[in-house]
Amino acid sequence: MATSKTLGESLREHGVSRRGFLKFCAATATMMALPPTMAPAIAAALEKARRPSVIWLSFQECTGCIESLTRSHSPTVENLILDVVSLDYQHTLQVASGELAEEARLQAMRENHGSYLVIVDGSLPGPGSNMGYSTVAGHSNLDILLETVEGAAAVIAVGTCAAFGGLPRAHPNPTGAVAVQDIITNKPVINVSGCPPIPTVISGVLAQFLTFGKLPELDAYGRPLAFFGQSIHDRCYRRPFYDKGLFAETFDDEGAKAGWCLYRLGCKGPSTYNACATMRWNAGTSWPVESGHPCLGCSEPDFWDAGSFYQALSVPTVDSTQTLGLAAAAGVVIGGAAAALAKHGKTKAVADREPVTVEQLEQKL
Amino acid sequence: MSDSMEFLLWTKGTLFNWALAIFALGMLARLVEIFWLGRAPNYAEARAGQWGPGLRTVFTRSFADPGTFKRSGFDVLVGWVWHLGFIIVLFLFIPHIELIKSVFGMAWPGLPNPVIDAISALTLAGLVAALVHRLTHPVKKHLSDFEDYLTWAVTFLVVLTGYVAYHRLINPYPLALGIHILSVEIFLVVLPFTKLTHMFTAFIARWYNGAIFGRKGVQS
Amino acid sequence: MSALDSIAIAVEVPRLAQEWGNALPILHEIRHGLERLAATGEPTLIDLRAIPFGPGDEARLLERLGRGEVEARIHALGETLIRETAIPAVWLVDFLNAEGERIALHLQIDRIPGLLMTQPEDLAEAPARLDRLLKELAGGGEAA
Repeated sequence: MATSKTLGESLREHGVSRRGFLKFCAATATMMALPPTMAPAIAAALEKARRPSVIWLSFQECTGCIESLTRSHSPTVENLILDVVSLDYQHTLQVASGELAEEARLQAMRENHGSYLVIVDGSLPGPGSNMGYSTVAGHSNLDILLETVEGAAAVIAVGTCAAFGGLPRAHPNPTGAVAVQDIITNKPVINVSGCPPIPTVISGVLAQFLTFGKLPELDAYGRPLAFFGQSIHDRCYRRPFYDKGLFAETFDDEGAKAGWCLYRLGCKGPSTYNACATMRWNAGTSWPVESGHPCLGCSEPDFWDAGSFYQALSVPTVDSTQTLGLAAAAGVVIGGAAAALAKHGKTKAVADREPVTVEQLEQKL
Repeated sequence: MSDSMEFLLWTKGTLFNWALAIFALGMLARLVEIFWLGRAPNYAEARAGQWGPGLRTVFTRSFADPGTFKRSGFDVLVGWVWHLGFIIVLFLFIPHIELIKSVFGMAWPGLPNPVIDAISALTLAGLVAALVHRLTHPVKKHLSDFEDYLTWAVTFLVVLTGYVAYHRLINPYPLALGIHILSVEIFLVVLPFTKLTHMFTAFIARWYNGAIFGRKGVQS
Repeated sequence: MSALDSIAIAVEVPRLAQEWGNALPILHEIRHGLERLAATGEPTLIDLRAIPFGPGDEARLLERLGRGEVEARIHALGETLIRETAIPAVWLVDFLNAEGERIALHLQIDRIPGLLMTQPEDLAEAPARLDRLLKELAGGGEAA
């Protein structure tokens, strides 16, 4: 349960020294994508921050987001952040099960009414669809979400499914899946998209909320600008090759070996906003483009329905062959009809022509 | 703005299909009509062949004769600049080549992006100059009607939105790209029903001209 | 041994020697930082994790900066390695976690990195701590 202890006290209880705390703040600044000169301000704010209660709801998800977070290099600053929050309900991670587990959630809601954070991963069957597609403890995802969010301070939608509907919402969307922001309109919703999101981005958003106690600045999709403010393309180290017109055309040609731009192999970097190019994956080891694969655009809405992963961004998402054929056939018919009509008119005009004599013309004058 | 990705997918999907269909239908109807109506039969004995002169004229009429150049050098020069720029950008920008490859299965080498960028800027400048000239030249202004301004606008928008999308001047990018694709679709829809058809008919007209002159044994 | 072993695998060596052009601007930024430090005493911090480096860019940058005279280790929340580069006043601060994995990497342009200095709160507590030690010693002395 959340306590009245400040974060500073809590960390010192963990045996963290002042230098350790400063290091923690420096790493947190890095994690929050803030300039490192912000570390003292972060230190001052964190010293006074209170441990919030967190309720984590998992709906139509694959547990990849939680894997991303918990399998990240440990024990790290992320874990410290997780240690200093009070994770009161997460049905994959918690020891309690059944009635006890649900009771833990209800208790956390009662005791921290108005101040707890709700994290959601996964989409949920929206109003009007079959609620039986996804339930927890016999309750529909929708009911649980509405009930839990009612007393929350804010909601963090983790992963593309929670943020935009993701895979479950992909065409033809059999479960009627919707995103959290489609349901929750009366509470702040922060979207941390990605399939999965970069673990440091998840904990960075948590740290930001912890540190400054308020919502970060968000983009048009409700994502924190600190992480989603710039496109992959703009921060890509291969960008100079795009600008020079040097492209890999297959995965094993000279261009691919030389590390040229992957645009023609379907890279969605230009339309994708995420922090992969700087934060990287696996403790900062690498990221998709660095390992030679185009960006799939996993942090954007509708990314499953946005055409082939391996076709360039400029390529249409539909096969126009049939439409083109039908339209061309119709065009030929219409053009033929128009020409026939014109020819008919001409023939008729010739046939109906009445000779005029000079006298008749003179009479008209 | 939060639906910019949906907007992009709409322009790349449903709308693209419709625009392509209207363009194909309209343009084929016009061309079939033109070819089927053909020319009035010429019963006079041919003095020379018509194919050679016809094809030659298709090419030679691209260059203004000295007299025309002297009379309206501005039109010739600016016209050349932006027409050529438009064609180069359309066919030699890598993302466009990818699009053509996906729809028609044909591809060719492209130009580096900075070259395309410079040419687009030049094309935009040419189009603006053409409009200013049209608005300030008394005779031209008098001769211009709504269609002239409409075709200018849809052409200009295609290049302008492309330039804006390339330089990512509108955020988020899916919105910028969607606007560019939308403007191209407007261009495609307007094309068969306005003087923009000249991109096909100009060559047909030249061929007929050259062929007729050739048949008569006259140099065109 | 399985049938898989009969498949010939050609291992291609990646061309890591390639320059991606993202390290040079950092050197310029360091130069500006040095000028600022000399003129106003204002330190500069560069978060190397926020730079979109290409493969090997970071390693090449650090190699070029070289090694200076000072190296220090801080044991708090895992190790922090601090070393002066061959360019005076340019420090590399490598934050590691308890597992020895890097959690942040900074370049600091300063006379001495702030983290090395004794923190004011610790300084304030220092006499009391020594007093306790003295008291213990005094008490222990009596007992002995």
